[in-house]
Amino acid sequence: MSEAQLISPLSAEEVEAIEAEIAHLPDRASAAIDALLIVQEKRGWISDESLAAIAGLLGMSTADLDSIATFYNLIYRRPVGRHVVMVCDSVSCYVMGCDRLRGAVEEKLGVKPGGTTEDGRFTLLPIVCLGACDRAPAMQVGKELFGPVAADDLDGIFGGFD
Amino acid sequence: MHDLSTMPLTGRLLDADAAGKGVVDLEAYEASGGYQAARQAVTGMTPAEIRELVKDANLRGRGGAGFPTGVKWGFVPMDGAAAEGHKYLVCNADEMEPGTFKDRYLMEKDPHMLIEGMIIGAWAIEADKAYVFLRGEYHEPYRQLQDAIAQARSRGYLGEGIFGTGFNLELAVHRSGGRYICGEETALLNALEGKRAQPRTKPPFPPASGAWGRPTIVNNVETLCNVPAIVTNGADWFLELGRGEDAGTKVFGVSGRVNNPGLWELPMGTPIREIIDDHAGGMQKGYRLRGILPGGASTEFLVEEHFDLPMEYATIQAAGSRMGTGTMILMDDSICPVDMSRNLQHFFAQESCGFCTPCREGLPWVEQLLLDIEEGRGQPGDLEVLDRNADFIGAPGNTFCLHATGAIEPLMSALKYFRDDFEAHISTGRCPYREA
Amino acid sequence: MPVIEVDGREFEVEQGQNLLHACLSHKLDLPYFCWHPAMGSVGACRQCAVIQYQDENDERGRLVMACMTPVADGARLSIEADHAQEFRASVIEWLMENHPHDCPVCEEGGECHLQDMTVMTGHTSRRYRGGKRTFRNQYLGPFIGHEMNRCITCYRCVRFYQDYAGGDDLQAFGSRDRMFFGRAEDGVLENEFAGNLVEVCPTGVFTDKPFSRTYTRKWDLQSAPSICAGCAVGCNTLPGERYGVLKRVHNRYHPELNGYFLCDRGRFGSGYVNAEERLRRAGARAADGVFEEIAAETAAARLAEVLSGGAVIGIGSPRASLENNLALKRLVGDENFSTGVSAAQAELDELMLSIHRAGGARIASIADVEAADTVLVLGEDVLNTAPRVALALRQAVRNLSMDMATGAGIPTWQDAGVRGHAQHARNPLLIASPAPTRIDDIASATWTAAPECIAAAGFAIAHGLNAGFAAETGGAEFDAHFVEQALTALQGAEKPLIVSGSGCASREVLEAAANIAWALAGKGKGCALLLAGAEADSMGVTLLGGGISLEGALGRLAAGEARSVIVLENDLFRRAEADVVADALDKAEHAVVLDVLESPTAERASLALPAAAITESTGTLVNYEGRAQRFYQVFEPEDPVRPAWRWLADAAIAAGRNDLRWRHVDEVTRACSEVPGLAGIADVTPSADYRTTAGMRIPRMTHRASGRTAKDAHVNVHEPKPTVDEQTPFSYSMEGLNAGQPGGLVPYVWSPGWNSNQSVFKFQQEVAGPLGDGEAGVHLIEQDEPSDLSARFRQAPRQAPAGDGLRLLPLHRVFGSDELSAFSPPIEERGAGPEVLVHPDDAAELSIEAGKGARCERLGSFAVRLDAGIPRGCAGVVVGLKNAGWQLPAFGNLTPDPDFAPKPELIARG
Ligand SMILES: Cc1cc2nc3c(=O)[nH]c(=O)nc-3n(C[C@H](O)[C@H](O)[C@H](O)COP(=O)(O)O)c2cc1C
Ligand code: SF4
Ligand code: FES
Repeated sequence: MSEAQLISPLSAEEVEAIEAEIAHLPDRASAAIDALLIVQEKRGWISDESLAAIAGLLGMSTADLDSIATFYNLIYRRPVGRHVVMVCDSVSCYVMGCDRLRGAVEEKLGVKPGGTTEDGRFTLLPIVCLGACDRAPAMQVGKELFGPVAADDLDGIFGGFD
Repeated sequence: MHDLSTMPLTGRLLDADAAGKGVVDLEAYEASGGYQAARQAVTGMTPAEIRELVKDANLRGRGGAGFPTGVKWGFVPMDGAAAEGHKYLVCNADEMEPGTFKDRYLMEKDPHMLIEGMIIGAWAIEADKAYVFLRGEYHEPYRQLQDAIAQARSRGYLGEGIFGTGFNLELAVHRSGGRYICGEETALLNALEGKRAQPRTKPPFPPASGAWGRPTIVNNVETLCNVPAIVTNGADWFLELGRGEDAGTKVFGVSGRVNNPGLWELPMGTPIREIIDDHAGGMQKGYRLRGILPGGASTEFLVEEHFDLPMEYATIQAAGSRMGTGTMILMDDSICPVDMSRNLQHFFAQESCGFCTPCREGLPWVEQLLLDIEEGRGQPGDLEVLDRNADFIGAPGNTFCLHATGAIEPLMSALKYFRDDFEAHISTGRCPYREA
Repeated sequence: MPVIEVDGREFEVEQGQNLLHACLSHKLDLPYFCWHPAMGSVGACRQCAVIQYQDENDERGRLVMACMTPVADGARLSIEADHAQEFRASVIEWLMENHPHDCPVCEEGGECHLQDMTVMTGHTSRRYRGGKRTFRNQYLGPFIGHEMNRCITCYRCVRFYQDYAGGDDLQAFGSRDRMFFGRAEDGVLENEFAGNLVEVCPTGVFTDKPFSRTYTRKWDLQSAPSICAGCAVGCNTLPGERYGVLKRVHNRYHPELNGYFLCDRGRFGSGYVNAEERLRRAGARAADGVFEEIAAETAAARLAEVLSGGAVIGIGSPRASLENNLALKRLVGDENFSTGVSAAQAELDELMLSIHRAGGARIASIADVEAADTVLVLGEDVLNTAPRVALALRQAVRNLSMDMATGAGIPTWQDAGVRGHAQHARNPLLIASPAPTRIDDIASATWTAAPECIAAAGFAIAHGLNAGFAAETGGAEFDAHFVEQALTALQGAEKPLIVSGSGCASREVLEAAANIAWALAGKGKGCALLLAGAEADSMGVTLLGGGISLEGALGRLAAGEARSVIVLENDLFRRAEADVVADALDKAEHAVVLDVLESPTAERASLALPAAAITESTGTLVNYEGRAQRFYQVFEPEDPVRPAWRWLADAAIAAGRNDLRWRHVDEVTRACSEVPGLAGIADVTPSADYRTTAGMRIPRMTHRASGRTAKDAHVNVHEPKPTVDEQTPFSYSMEGLNAGQPGGLVPYVWSPGWNSNQSVFKFQQEVAGPLGDGEAGVHLIEQDEPSDLSARFRQAPRQAPAGDGLRLLPLHRVFGSDELSAFSPPIEERGAGPEVLVHPDDAAELSIEAGKGARCERLGSFAVRLDAGIPRGCAGVVVGLKNAGWQLPAFGNLTPDPDFAPKPELIARG
């Protein structure tokens, strides 16, 4: 049995990408965060099964990997929508009215922070400073950064995501 | 064309912008002398010479603490048993300090400049591995860096036998899982090792024992971007660049209610008011400036009386704040200082790594008190409780790392400069900035 | 030695230590949480803050964390400065924001370090107005309860469990003020040392689950110094009793043995004392074969009759005290006494003793194990036979990281600094064993093979180290690469340690281990040697000696050469083939059994007498090192249960014998010391007339005991007169003085302001150092001056005998392979059932499957587990279980057993 088959919940592509990260590092466990991000990129979040499979691939216990996974903001241990909407709530955006923007987003999507729209398209999450303070208030949808965002812009922005 | 001898960091990318390209690509970078400094350093200078040069240039870290870069590099063991085996150069591109957006700009627009700076930095300490520790949310910089690294490798600037010498360097990008504390250099090392990003004890200091227990230098993006031009133009040139005591230029930034928020490369020592008025276009109509956080969310407020001061390490320090990242956040008169403090403390409490008690438990309490005061539930004595918490959480050494110290800096200064606002909240039981 | 000044007083302190360690060593009251004497400093809690002044003129000073600050000669410090006190009170106030304040219903209440520190810092009222966070607790198995809301995030649990004990299923999850300590999902904590979490946690998050079920406050517990009878290490314990029930067992600090930690067999294995299977009444078998309860006097009279009726065989026990064994031996005479172990085991026991007596290699204490820089384990699965040794090996392999840290200027107590710098660097630990072990993860080389092969490799290593040792290895195949690695490692060692034992039942493996140790010693290198004995008093009965083997004793009964037998605290069905034992017992006219439990042997007795358990009696055990240690009666058993020696002495008196007129355990101990080789045991601890200052006894209960007047409140509220203890220096009350006595006489730790187990530092000469008045225990084995030992074991190891089927090798299990602890309910829940480990290829050939049953003629049925680490042609069989008296190694055929119902895996939530 090949290694990839042994840890069947991971695709060959995922395993390959993780192995490529491991190649840069002195030991397998050091690739923990990279591996989580790689798998999450494909699946949106890290399920218990994914977690166990990654832990197996890296030669560490699930508890050890989960300890790492639960430390980081960008690793989701619960399902998220197809696109994660992050509205910056840090100080520059605060000064520029991010609370109003978040209110508008909540209304538009019909969910509170942490919630996922019923159609599974969007999950709304708070995020710390996106490094776009000159474009405050800023938000990110998926990998795309927007700012400054006014309530009127939201339809246009969300319309661009399926 | 911008003059690279006065705008070494942004001259190229402003040209690229002007040409409608957005990014300084490899051709443009090379055409403007790019990678010549690296070639010169690796083929013509010893590591010791580079370390001396950078020390002489008095380049200070642009990540917030302002530690002299050449001095830091000098701590790396260069011979004997401790020098055998891997050494690492890590670029701190975590940039999560609220109000800070300079590193994103540099990486997104001119990734080769960082790579070149890292080649020289790595050679200076004979590191054979380099990592860019990049914020996970920075998707565009990630793409740009990945492309640029591939290009640099294809030109032989990275990999085995760089510039035909025996110097090898692998450069990889590590994306962060996302947490402010990852920017703290020892927490960053843990994150790089794939662990929870809890800060580490010092000693050992990273130059002696860092990533995977090996000598490691951690430098900010902007710090490393300064290095190629120093090699090209020399230490004296760099010393001359600054307007006052400090050497070089700085990417200053302004966010808040100004007409033209953004970033500008200006000489060290440019006065605050000049940055705000001349470059950021002054305050928007109807807004009055009350205070600034001069170098990111973890620096103390400066107020009216300070606005003519030059942005210089010693001067800003003497005024009771820190130069930090040099990206300032403006508080105008429509913003409630209590609520802004609450917003800041919310950030720091959320981003506490959870390791040490004062930060983990103290900051949420502070946040909760500020919320109470803001929402009209403040009680007599609350300010004393805040003061005491601030004293005990904020004193360097009371917490394990400087996260909590940074958290308390804006709070302490807000309690000092805007105390009337706090007291008014408590005595009237409401926030005067909110519509009734 | 550097001198530091604390609040105006000067103290000499140890160079290189941190300030917290130094202050506590001088018995100063400085609060802390995250620091642990065995685990060093991490600086997480910030509780140990003190003021450090720069110089004479510095009036303000600055706060430093004592645990993170190295001592410096001339340093000026203050614990009492207002600013330091206020900061420490603030730390408690922060910690208390989310704490549930549930002391009245918390198991830790009254011995809670968090309570103590809260009182000590003077934090009394909480100003935080926000809500408290709450967590869901987890099911963690039968040993440990979980109450996360009480957590103060000191990180001690994960640091112990992961970093110290090598577990990987307990972790820290989350971040900021939402840290959770537990497992990834509900389930049994797998590590064999998990129970220490109960003592490591400074508050009530990890609790002793069996104790919680029948809970008693610490101050209501009665306790006395005791010794764990779980294995040959002889860890020191503090059992606690109330209402005649043994409630729990805590660690009793011993600087050379258990230190601060016990294994879970020791901690949770004493439940047999309260077990239903406990033999509590005397009984005699009537003519119709039915057991009848008889009065104690009648029982003693019957025993006297037996003694008067001709030759009596006495079968002693390696799990009974020396006193009990000696009493039986004296009663029946040397020529009729067996130490109660099989001839094969006795041979191994004697061999281990003779190896140690030959000298050359130092007998390794647990502290020596921790100090070793290179370890070779030969044939012994110490995690399962002598678990505390395995925990020590996990520390030994870290010595390299300590050296690396020292080289890099990092103090060795900077725990995270050391780990970060040294990464995975470890000292060499080489393990050759019949099956994979649970410490293979820290080994630099492992190799599994049959004992003969291991022995051959061992001979090759000894010869490789020192050509004077036998070159002939006997022909069994071995892994030359492993031998090569061992040679390289041992040649480079400064503090080598060889570990072996009787676990794999091979004489040659022991000889090989001795040869290696001696070969190293002959090279001018000191070498430590640890030979794990089988049971708590194996070394004791070996020193005592028996005139006949167990087989000989049974044979004489079966042949009618002896009419009666007295079996002392020994289930013979675990030591010899069932039919042989049954036949012998049936043939005996009188089969008297003195025991703690209704064992299968007791069920066959004609007269059964209830013996006191270790916790109910006073006596001496001799551990694997030959260290004699005394245990004291924690509580009086209910009549007629009494120490076995007393049954025997009473009967002897009734039978008119004048040589056993013992009324006092000290008399029996003195009688033991008349045996050559046991002379030292009279000096183990002072005799019963010992008194502390002002002529006081040592109290078994703390000064805060509320239970005295209502001691028997469950039956009667009248205050009984406490029994006057004639047998020991202890009192059955809170009256007396628990201070200043020898280390072996500390019945509990408590000190003003320090109600938790952390108070142990007040009893130590310095933190983690010897106890107040010196060591507990006396080394009985006299080692010869080293001579040329290469001639000792020149005979090459035998090859494995040829046989039919698989070669069945004995495997031990920490939970299950020990007779007494197996009767403790939580251990029973965790315990191994009959199990056989087979190589997957062999299993395939034999058509047996994992998880299903397999039968072996004579031995019975087993659950099958596949393990590619088992050598081909061998199978590992779990031994030490009930009715598993067969002798291994042996050959046997395994066939599928469809009827076998394996013990269900423990996954239930409870
Ligand atoms: C809580 C905390 C967060 C930090 N975040 C960053 C960061 O995002 N980027 C950065 O360059 N430095 C950050 N720093 C500073 C680094 O610890 C370190 O001083 C810096 O990377 C050194 O680089 P330099 O000498 O080039 O400035 C942070 C420090 C602290 C205490
Ligand atoms: S101050 Fe303490 S809890 Fe806060 S980030 Fe630093 S180590 Fe973590
Ligand atoms: S004991 Fe010193 S910080 Fe915890």
